[in-house]
Amino acid sequence: MGIALESRVTAPQLPSQPAYGDNQTGTNLPPRAGSLNGVIVPEQPGKNAIEVRGVRKVFGTGENQVAALDTVSVSIRENEFFTLLGPSGCGKTTLLRLIAGFDFPTAGEILLHGQDIAPLPPFKRPVNTVFQSYALFPHMTVAENIGFGLEMLGKPKAEIEARVAQMLKLVKMEQLKARRTSQISGGQQQRVALARALAPQPKVLLLDEPLSALDYKLRKEMQIELKRLQHETGITFIFVTHDQEEALTMSDRIAVMSAGKILQVGTPRDIYDRPAERFVADFIGETNFLAGTVVSKKPGVATVKFASNATIAAGYPEGFDPTGEVTLVVRPEHADLVPDPAKGTIAGTLSNIVYFGTDTHYHVKLDGGGENFIVRHQNSRSSPVTYETGAKVGIQFEEDAARVLKD
Amino acid sequence: MTTATLSPTLPSKAALFEARAVKAGARRNRLLSLPALIIIGIFGVLPLLIICVYSFLVAAPYGGVQWQFSTDAYLNFLFQRDIFDDTLQFTPDFLIIYLRSFLFAVVTTVICLLLGFPTAYFMATRPPAQRNWWVLLITIPFWSNLLVRTLAIMFIIRDEGLINNALMALGVIDKPITMLYTNFAIQLGLLYAFLPFMVLPLYSSLEKLDFRLIEAAYDLYATRRQVLWRVIIPLSRPGIIAGCLLVFIPALGAYVTPLILGGGVHLMIGDLIAQQFGSGRNWPLGCAQALILMAAVLVALYFYVRNTSGKVQHG
Repeated sequence: MGIALESRVTAPQLPSQPAYGDNQTGTNLPPRAGSLNGVIVPEQPGKNAIEVRGVRKVFGTGENQVAALDTVSVSIRENEFFTLLGPSGCGKTTLLRLIAGFDFPTAGEILLHGQDIAPLPPFKRPVNTVFQSYALFPHMTVAENIGFGLEMLGKPKAEIEARVAQMLKLVKMEQLKARRTSQISGGQQQRVALARALAPQPKVLLLDEPLSALDYKLRKEMQIELKRLQHETGITFIFVTHDQEEALTMSDRIAVMSAGKILQVGTPRDIYDRPAERFVADFIGETNFLAGTVVSKKPGVATVKFASNATIAAGYPEGFDPTGEVTLVVRPEHADLVPDPAKGTIAGTLSNIVYFGTDTHYHVKLDGGGENFIVRHQNSRSSPVTYETGAKVGIQFEEDAARVLKD
Repeated sequence: MTTATLSPTLPSKAALFEARAVKAGARRNRLLSLPALIIIGIFGVLPLLIICVYSFLVAAPYGGVQWQFSTDAYLNFLFQRDIFDDTLQFTPDFLIIYLRSFLFAVVTTVICLLLGFPTAYFMATRPPAQRNWWVLLITIPFWSNLLVRTLAIMFIIRDEGLINNALMALGVIDKPITMLYTNFAIQLGLLYAFLPFMVLPLYSSLEKLDFRLIEAAYDLYATRRQVLWRVIIPLSRPGIIAGCLLVFIPALGAYVTPLILGGGVHLMIGDLIAQQFGSGRNWPLGCAQALILMAAVLVALYFYVRNTSGKVQHG
């Protein structure tokens, strides 16, 4: 406790940041210099806000040891909306908690603007968290919750009040500032949690599945809201989710995680169009898997032969050497049906037609056997051909539609 | 109370039915609470009334009462009637015993809280499977009689007791330290007797505490001490209040502990009242003393609850 009492965190000020939103009340006091005791002052310009280097996290001891994170390295840039995406238990929340300081890594370093923060307790990191459960203080009002961080930083009362007013306006909660947190709805609690975490102007905002408790419509609304807040504040957001759609629509870059490892880092488009591994392709969006044999290859492109003797050119990720029996992945919307089976690269029987409003899914039982192949067709007012279940059809692929992936 | 009375302008069939159902429910609830009400009436309210009546009567020479109205019992609490000229003289003897008991009770409550809070916090932060064992350990003293346990303390702290013998054998002291029949002994006995009553309500409050709130506070730059004062203590306030009441009130009227460990020299309220019914043979005075104690506790409670209730609601 001794250390904790003496050395306080300074306000995690963003040096050249204008006041949030359109409220220019002049609360941007210059950062207090000198009062920093064992505190990071991330002033030097570096491209990376957070750098995770070879971080391992092992829970339990002896035979019960579980590696929640298995030597993970990733760099998160300044002002980026970065998403950690993966199924539950993949280690994404563990990584977030290591960055927040609730847990400490077994090995490796976590750098914030070039300085190792891994050994620091949470209250010495200019990083704030929006919790999945919101974790609002039930014995305080909305305004008291939002002002808590600033109060703990020892800010003057006038500054806290001005800043709380600003944050209330930013999240559109001015009307409810005197309410207890138990007296507001889930969506409103979410906004308060966001405002509370943003109020001390952290260098990095961590969001642990913050939208998972909201219903579909509210979630969509908050997704847009979050993007707006990130844009207006210029703070680096690290967002944890298991919802691939959420990740694709909101992120600047995504890290796909599985079993304590980061499998791929890239823009949503990279991840979706050029998945590095079968798991990534399978986890994000719908994917068809086809068996084939590599007959020849040039750098980056392999020619793969199907059982039907038809061949196709398929890309493959760097550092992977496809040979022999391989699995091809094709997105449902990158394939098309043709009424004449002979004109398709592969052929089969239409087993099911599922109407989704915006598009229609055609399930094709392939002649060579195996899983059903799904073709997604966007609906329009004038669909030229209508198909019937049981009809023989061919499937054509768009250029670059197929990729060979590691299993 | 019912839907029907809330919306008298819309006496729909459903509302009427609901009103009838609510009424039937209320009747059933009253019936179910009858046994409890009878017990409270016979064994709680009635004796209190008897005490009340007796306190306004005259003491019979060999115990019991004479049916003659008198306020002497209350006057005797603060004054003594001069035998010769019948004037009242202020005698603070009883008041001093009351104040001393009050002091004992306050010290007991404060020390129990200081010792009990970390204990309860420790218990509440153990893995769930372990917690029940800790609760069991805390309740072990309840398995044996308080009298026996108090006598055991007596054997530990008396002049030839465990502590003195051990210290003398080790050569730390030459002659025994007198602990038995002192204020220290009473205080020790009270702490020992009432600590579990503080730990258990604190534990049940802390166990319900959402520890993610503590993480949230750390995340928002609160130091460990600030987390304690700003989050943990406010949120465990109901437990703190319950624990303090459960310790303070019985400690104020404690009887066995001060009697045995104080050796009858250092009286507390409980012993004083008991004396009036025993060797004192002054039942009205005993009744008056009991009622004055009760009134004092009620007044204290009233102010306590009035000052804290607003804050408890959301804790």
